Amino acid sequence: MTGPRRLRLDPLGALLVAAGAAAVVFLPFVLFKANRIVPGEPRALAQVLPEWGALAYQAALLAAGIVALLVSEARTRLAVALLAVVAVALAAGAAGDALTPPGNRVVRIAPGGAFWVLLIGLGLMATDAVTRLRPGPLVRVLYLAGSLAVLGLTLEHGTFDHLSVMREYAVNAARFGPELRRHVLLAFGSLAAAVVVALPLGVVCHRAPKLRPGILAALNVVQTIPAIALFGILMAPLGALAAAVPLAGRLGVSGIGAAPAAVALFLYSLLPVVANTATGLKRVSRAAVEAAHGMGMTSWQVLTGVELILALPVILTGIRVVLVQNIGMVTVAALIGGGGLGAFVFQGIGQTAIDLVLLGAIPIVALAFSTALVLDALVEVMERSRA
Amino acid sequence: MITLESLTKRYGEATVVDAVSLTVERNSITVIVGTSGSGKSTLLRMINRLVEPTSGRVLLDGRDTRAEPAHLLRRRIGYVIQGNGLFPHRTVAENIATVPRLLGWDSQRIAARVRELLEVFQLDPAQYADALPHQLSGGQQQRVGVARALAAGAAVLLMDEPFGALDPIIRAKAQDDLLDIQRRYGTTVVLVTHDMEEAFRLGTRVAVMSQGRVLQYDRPAVLLTHPADSFVSRMTGFADRAMRLLSLTTAAEAAVPGAAEGPAVPGSASLREVLSELVWSGAESATVLNADGTPRGRLTVAAILARGRP
Repeated sequence: MTGPRRLRLDPLGALLVAAGAAAVVFLPFVLFKANRIVPGEPRALAQVLPEWGALAYQAALLAAGIVALLVSEARTRLAVALLAVVAVALAAGAAGDALTPPGNRVVRIAPGGAFWVLLIGLGLMATDAVTRLRPGPLVRVLYLAGSLAVLGLTLEHGTFDHLSVMREYAVNAARFGPELRRHVLLAFGSLAAAVVVALPLGVVCHRAPKLRPGILAALNVVQTIPAIALFGILMAPLGALAAAVPLAGRLGVSGIGAAPAAVALFLYSLLPVVANTATGLKRVSRAAVEAAHGMGMTSWQVLTGVELILALPVILTGIRVVLVQNIGMVTVAALIGGGGLGAFVFQGIGQTAIDLVLLGAIPIVALAFSTALVLDALVEVMERSRA
Repeated sequence: MITLESLTKRYGEATVVDAVSLTVERNSITVIVGTSGSGKSTLLRMINRLVEPTSGRVLLDGRDTRAEPAHLLRRRIGYVIQGNGLFPHRTVAENIATVPRLLGWDSQRIAARVRELLEVFQLDPAQYADALPHQLSGGQQQRVGVARALAAGAAVLLMDEPFGALDPIIRAKAQDDLLDIQRRYGTTVVLVTHDMEEAFRLGTRVAVMSQGRVLQYDRPAVLLTHPADSFVSRMTGFADRAMRLLSLTTAAEAAVPGAAEGPAVPGSASLREVLSELVWSGAESATVLNADGTPRGRLTVAAILARGRP
């Protein structure tokens, strides 16, 4: 067929533009709240931004809309999406600065529905563009590092200091660092302890196939217990342990707090690592293992020098599952006094202060996302180095 | 010299290898041939103790192989398996260096040895030393597998269907290479195969196995002319036996002085190949050439046919 090429609409782009346009028309961009608990009143951007700023913001959104609909070249899509993200973020920051009366620490300027819809829509557009570019694992990690660096610099610079979430941060600044550290420590520490136990268990499953169903079934039962229930189940024995053994109590073991949380996360972490270790070992080339034995490697040398190394990508995939799962699950630990970023989430729910919930929730999502991305990249690097 | 003394392996009720005794001469290629399930691989794996015998023993140069830990014994014995079993995460050079490294050689000596072996096996060190196994062709992988087995100067090389995964043309080349390597290093080779053609081509002596027993162990020509029983004669190819016998003798060995009117053939050709050439060209006799191309003598159809009879 000859003739003029018809303009093709990008289906994802059309969906995103529709959602974004609806959000801009029907939802507020920022909310003005007299204090942190009352519902906010919507404020239009035109009221708060200087004329050139509003114009630049609208131009960026318009460009993103047109490119999303009509341009299929992934690099352009990525660049324009990122540019629009910056515009939306700066607009929100500027709105916060403009709407806050000088010296007033009570009012809250919260990003509204339109802000979140635009941010998610542009984020999807950027992720989709990155996926189309098929970057290597190292490049993906660099993208992540770059984004985090930009975010860190803007936070440091105080661009968003007048927005509600940052206000909550300012109030809780002394607690934020320790809770973040505790969150990471609980998630990674319970994983580390689990790996120490799960790797040998996985090897046992592989070398003694008769034990495999029993071990996996037992761990499966643990996996089916809901987190809250498991915390409850652990309270009694750990409390009793702390009472019976003074040393345990002095080490911080008690029925509530971090100890039951760490034990529960440890138990949840076992199954994915054990199962993936056993599967990974099973998938190792039998000829390579046979040759390794045949050339005079000891059993230990075959295990550490050939089998575990070749199984590593599969084992790491299990570790990735566990880590992302743990980072989410630590949140619930705050309910029994385990601390972590969940403390902000539940405190915020209790006070109906949604901004405080976000102060806990946003870093949790960012942490889980970054961890998944880095570990995926690591697995891919390892798989590429063989084939 | 490897001596097997009444070697037996049982798994529960099943006897996989049944009281096998035989002696493998130093500096020779012994081929164990049999159908699948005949116990030939198990027999081979008992020599380096990948399988521990139920009873009987193996002597290596007169010394019982159980006198030292199995993994130390295996470092002195080369081992090559079907599909080569190269370590996919290690480079070609690292693969070859496996046993020297286990033995604690210093890195200079290892590097020199790896380079030497790569050259012997026609793999350019600059191109292949740092390559990963999956970047090599099947034939190259097979050569690396043999180089790895010989890296620490093993005097004995055990091979379990080493050419099974190769296509026919590469397999023939690999078999020629093995003969060269065996002559070069004077290695004692024990090779397991199900392919009688391969057994005849490579074996100084051939052991025919069935149901865990060695039915006959002798030079290939004797297997053809005096098969121990009907199974051996079926295995060696009853209908084809005259041709197989001819394939065991080279033209140079059979040539007699004199001139011929027919085609010229290289001295390394087998009588079977010379006969085929004569049938094809319709000539009565062929001129046999030396390696340097000078005439060595002649072969007549009648002389060749006489060699195809027991």
